[in-house]
Formats: sequence, C-alpha cells, structure tokens
Amino acid sequence: MSASTKTSTLAGWGRVPVVPGVERRSEDLGALTRATHLSRGLGRSYGDSSLPAAGDLEVASTVLGDRLLAFDEQTGVMRAEAGLSLRDIYRIFLPRGWFTPVTPGTQFVTLGGMVAADVHGKNHHIEGCFGAHVTELLLRVADGRLVTCSPTVERDLFRATIGGMGLLGHILEVAFRMTRVPSTWLWQEAERVPDIDAFMEALKTASVTWPLTGGWIDCLTAGRHMGRGILFKSRWATPAEAPAARSRPRKRLTVPFEMPSFVLGRTSIRAFNALFYRQPLPRGIVHPEAAFYPLDVIGSWNRLYGRGGLTQHQCVLPNEAGRGAARRFLEVLVARGGASFLCVIKDCGPEGVGMLSFPRPGISIALDIAVREDTQALIDDLNEVVLKEGGRIYLAKDALTRAEHFRAMEPRLPEFLRVRRKWDPEGRFRSAQSVRLFGDAPFAGAGRLPA
Amino acid sequence: MKAVILGATKGMGRAVARALAERGDAVFLLGRDERELERSAADLKARAGKPEAVVGFAACDLEMPETFAPALDRAQAALGRIDTVVVTAGLFAPQDRLEGDAVLLRRVLTVDFTNTILFCEEARRRLLGNVVAGGALRGTLCVFSSVAGDRGRKPVVFYGAAKAGLSRYLESLDHKYRAGGLRTICVKPGFVKTGMTEGLRPPPFAGEPEQVAADVLRAIDAGTPVVYTPRMWALVMLVIRWLPRFVMRKIGF
Repeated sequence: MSASTKTSTLAGWGRVPVVPGVERRSEDLGALTRATHLSRGLGRSYGDSSLPAAGDLEVASTVLGDRLLAFDEQTGVMRAEAGLSLRDIYRIFLPRGWFTPVTPGTQFVTLGGMVAADVHGKNHHIEGCFGAHVTELLLRVADGRLVTCSPTVERDLFRATIGGMGLLGHILEVAFRMTRVPSTWLWQEAERVPDIDAFMEALKTASVTWPLTGGWIDCLTAGRHMGRGILFKSRWATPAEAPAARSRPRKRLTVPFEMPSFVLGRTSIRAFNALFYRQPLPRGIVHPEAAFYPLDVIGSWNRLYGRGGLTQHQCVLPNEAGRGAARRFLEVLVARGGASFLCVIKDCGPEGVGMLSFPRPGISIALDIAVREDTQALIDDLNEVVLKEGGRIYLAKDALTRAEHFRAMEPRLPEFLRVRRKWDPEGRFRSAQSVRLFGDAPFAGAGRLPA
Repeated sequence: MKAVILGATKGMGRAVARALAERGDAVFLLGRDERELERSAADLKARAGKPEAVVGFAACDLEMPETFAPALDRAQAALGRIDTVVVTAGLFAPQDRLEGDAVLLRRVLTVDFTNTILFCEEARRRLLGNVVAGGALRGTLCVFSSVAGDRGRKPVVFYGAAKAGLSRYLESLDHKYRAGGLRTICVKPGFVKTGMTEGLRPPPFAGEPEQVAADVLRAIDAGTPVVYTPRMWALVMLVIRWLPRFVMRKIGF
C-alpha cells in the first residue's frame, strides 16, 4: 500500500491515449469538486473526454457519489447523485416496471456521464437523447457556487451542460423522468439486409413501427454487397408475451488480459462477419441486456484489441446529404481496408436541447477500430467525408479528430463557447479533449501529483 | 431482520446498508452527520422501494462515547428490538502521517480500539437483553476489524495494533457469549476501494464494497465468527501469517 506515484496514468475505454493522471474518489462530491477541473464517471468514453488536460493531473471520480435521493412513483421523476450507474438503476427499477427513457449501448455509465455526453440509444428516433428527459441539474460552476439549472431556470447553462462534456462545471445531481415499461423483457425481430442502400430504406421503414431499431453492418465486404448486415428491431414485450419470471441481471465474464493483435485482425473479423451475417434471425423474447448491452456480458472487452488499444469513430450524416451519403462513407472505409469488428448503424431523430449534442436527423455510423500506425490517417479521411456530407462526430467516442475538422463540422461551437465563457471566464474547466479540440490551453507548468 | 449500522453513510457501511435494505431488512442508520444520514436514508428507501425499509437514523460519533447509549436507545425504540448491530465506522491514516502527528495517532488508536469496544459493549448489553423466556437465539454483533491486525506489518504499525486488539476482543466476546445467544462476527476486509483508502494504490485482489457487503450478509446469516473479504484475502493472510519474521522484516507489505 504505497501512495500514488508519478507512474499513475488514466485512459478512456479505448485505452488510447494514456495520460498522466489520478482519480480522486470521495462520497462527498461537494468537497471533491472544489479543487478539481473535470469530473470522470466510469470512464466509458473512448478517447480523452474524461482525461485531465496537460499540466493537470487530478480528476474528480464521481463513482462513490451514487445515492438515489428521491423517486416519485407517480411521475417517475428520479433524483440522484451524479455517480449513480445505469447498471444500478436498471437492476433496482426494471423489476418494478421502470426503465430509463434512453440508454446507451453500455450500462456501465454514470448519470453525470449520460448528461455530459447527452447519450442516445436505439430509440433516438422517438425519445431523442437522454437530455430531453432531464428535468434539473445541480452543478458546481467555476466560481465555486452550486447552481441549479433546468429547461426553465438558467436555460443557457442547462443547454450547454447537456452534451457539454463536463466543461461547464461538475455535475453533482441529476433529476430526470423514468419511463414505465410493460414487462422486464423485450420482443425482438431481425432482418438480413443485402447492401447499404437497402439498409437505409429498411431502417426508415422499421422506425415507423418499432421503438427500438439499430443495425450491424459488415464493413469488409466491398462491391455489390457493401454494407450488408442485420437490422434489429425491438420493443418491450407485453405482459402476455413475456415469460412469467422476471428477467434478472446477467453474470459477466471477463477478458483477463490483453489479447494478441491477430485476435481482431482482418482474417478473424472477416470470418466473424460471414458467420454473423448468416446467423439464424432471432424473433421472439430476448433479455433486455442482450438487446441493449450485448458487449457488457464480457467485462473489459476492450482488452480484445490488444496493446494498441482501440478508438471509435461515430458520425452522423444528415438527411440533407441524400441517400448516397452512407454509401460514400463506407466506400472510403472499405477502400482503406478499415477493418472494424463492430460497425453499428442507426437513424437519428431531431436535434435535442443540448447545444453540442451529437445526433441530428440523419444516419449515424459507429465503427470500432483497432489502433495501428495508419489509424490517424484513416480517421482524417473519414472526417473529410463527414465534413463534405455536412455531418459531425460524437465527442464521447473521439480520440483522434483534428481541431480544424471539428471546428469546420461544428457551426454551433461559437455559441457554446460564448455560454461557457460567461460561466467560466477563466477557463477553469478543461479536459484533454477540450485542449485538443476546443482551443483550450494546457495548464501552465508540469502537473504535480499530490503527496 | 432489524439491523443498526454505525458508519452507514459511507464506504462498506453504505454497501452493507444497501444490501440489507434491498433484500427487505429494516435498518436504522448511525453516523456522524445528520444531513448525510438523511440523504442515505432517502437512498435506501428508494432502493428498497418502500419507506419502511429505513426506520430512522441518529447521530453517533465514535469520537464521542457519550453519543453511543442515546443513539442505540433511539434505534431500539424505533425498531422495537435490535437483531443485529453492524459497526463499519473507523478511522484510518497512513503510517507516515501517524508517526509525525501524536494527536492524530491518539485519535486513531482511541477510535479504532477503545471507543469501538465501548460502543460494542453498549450494543452487547442491548442484544443480550433480547433473550426471552426459553433462551432462544437473540442477536448478532458484526464488527469490521481488518486484515491489518493479523500480523505486524510496516505500513500499518498503529492501525494494525488497534485492529489486532479489536479482533482479539471480538474473539473473546464470541467465546464468552455465543452459548448465551450473542453471535459475534469479526469482519476482516483486505484492501477495499472506498473513500478511506483513497490515495493509496490498490494492491492485487483489491475489492469493491458490494463484494464485501455480500460476504458480510452471508456471514451474518450463517453466524460465521471470522470473515475475510474479498475471500481471496483469507489465502493471502494465511501466507502472511506464516511468513517468518526475517522475511516480514525485509518486505514492505
């Protein structure tokens, strides 16, 4: 048991980049956030969103601040400390017939993180982002005060905080509306889709009748079948359809150590894709974790990507770009041989309340990419396409986008920065990502670890 | 079951309180700060899904022995009868700080040894008082000691000494009163990632408070007198206890 030493480092879920840093943990988020410049939850953002800016070392880990403060059975409004995890909410409330209106693809996220990234899920075309369901936030702002904001009180601060990547202040408490669900199981159906254009069409059709949609695409196959894949459609099962027993949280396996890089090399991904595409199509009752969090079953699955780590590229290509946009994007990916084990596609509904929230009406494509020497060049090429099509990227996934690309994609940035300057004139709140993308300066002097 | 938890707002105490409330036991919370107790009570009620999960709370500070009896009286009045008393509260500071600060050293030794035992004595009297005609099993006293008390080790000279004394007290208590209906459980957590160990580098086998809570509930239900948690620490400490002195003198553990 020795005190933290200079070797301690922090990384996001992709484990690229790795920076010097240390998490400060306390149940008392009020005290914890007085001297720190960034909050970090469960560290599921892929890149550098939750990492300290250069020259800074400490981030406030919110995970011990995880108390439920109130739940109103009539309205479904829940209030909790920012470190409460979606896993806990799901474990406690699903058996009682409640679920969060929006869930991202992992349950290992905190409420604070869900607000900061303004997460979306398979029902974005209906429910929008998580921020749409937030009724109030308690923040520690730059001058040290605790400020309450909501859609009606300090609206600018509220809108900038939703999707603002923690840069407006520390999120201490979140109040939001839960949704009633008819059972603890889902009904799922799937269809095989032969190419990317058919996929666009199928998503659009499915979204009319299904509340939860999303697809997996094979991004190694070129030519006529480029973008073939499987579209999954689901909804909460009715009490009549659902099994008599409640669904129970699943046990997890863990990847115990980093795998050699061939585990997720081109050959193995090609083999996986072929099998996955030909799988018998599910139709019927599924466990909610199987539908919402297929990867959570394997703890530390990021280790599958080996030493080099992984990055994710998620973009939204707007409807205005036309039907061919997704095809043009995939062509660049396939041409570069961008082996991606996981490629997820989803149609997005209207923009939410968050000033910098990711989704907008269009098609979102998310790629997991093992980091190699040429990954930066691949990300640059993909971002050129995104820019040309008028799209944008998702900050919670990003590690490698260049500032000039980001700024060109984000005409909303000046307005966000205006609100941020109003609440934090001295630029107290920074992250490694805000230094990389928002033009923030690193902190002066080399960071010093506390004694 | 009706349980009183001292140290219920933080760390392992919070986890134990949650595990009890979520499975339907009634809990009464003790801690230093009323405001924190109130928030923790709200948390437990929402988790249990019923307001009657938390019967109440009262301020009780291991640094102030005069608070022990009134707090336990209030718990007893609210619960009707106390089945189980859990003590997770304690004071910790790194060895180098304790060596240089005699005031802090006295506080750590007093809280972790003397005052914890004084609190246990107040609890013991009430739990033994539960014995009704027929002499059926009446109560459980579950106290968090530490693996630090198992062997003299460089990084925990004082904390380890206090916990060693506490462990021995709990053992004796169990020998003396088990036949009379009082079961004493000595919990020995290894390194657990809580606010208390914040700033220390977690060794291998570091545990989470939820794991500890699950182990502790199992021990309370079964009446296990000594519990290492997470369980890997039973093995780790078995080795440590058998290491010869000349080895212990060399290693930093």
